[in-house]
Amino acid sequence: MFVVATIAVFAAMLLVLYRLYAGPTLYDRVLAVNAFGTHTVLLIGVMGFLSGRPEFLDIALLYALINFVGTIAILKFFRYRAIGDILHVPTEEEVES
Amino acid sequence: MLDTLINGIAWVLILSGSFFTVVGAIGILRFPDFWSRLHAASVSDSAGVILLLAGMCVYTGWGLITVKLIVIGLVLFVTGPTSTHAVANAALVSGLRPPEGKGLKGAEPEPLSNPTVDPTPI
Repeated sequence: MFVVATIAVFAAMLLVLYRLYAGPTLYDRVLAVNAFGTHTVLLIGVMGFLSGRPEFLDIALLYALINFVGTIAILKFFRYRAIGDILHVPTEEEVES
Repeated sequence: MLDTLINGIAWVLILSGSFFTVVGAIGILRFPDFWSRLHAASVSDSAGVILLLAGMCVYTGWGLITVKLIVIGLVLFVTGPTSTHAVANAALVSGLRPPEGKGLKGAEPEPLSNPTVDPTPI
């Protein structure tokens, strides 16, 4: 049964990867990266059961955490053009003037 | 007898989880615009993850592995909707609008509150 699940998750990852390549907007790509990360977590878990070593679940948990932080970092970078402190956020009046 | 029952439940859960994962991925690939793709992504984010992790829990029985699976499930429950909401909010703020009306033409993007963000496709 884990062979079927591995093949299914792998096929889903390939489909999502094509959306990541095709775009067309930035947000499609970020969504595809996020879905790809979730599928990777599932793939690592299922592969652990498939090869009889469920200790791989630790790696899957770490990957889930890193995936979330990475998505938020990408979004923050494309909103403010900075990953660390935001030095100056333009207000509405400054934008209009 | 009990082993057969547990194996059967695990089979059903994992097969349906695989099905929903593939369906969500097909939706991400095939849907016409960003907002409907967002909808498709949540299918594999919720149903696929829940069913696959529950199937693995049922298969392995009670133990440390089950606790790890439950922790992964909790993390994904919290972070999945949060990151999906963050992506949708960022797209809305940058001026991307869902298509409306009969012909489903894209609505005119509103003026940007932040001029450094470029809403055009890259």
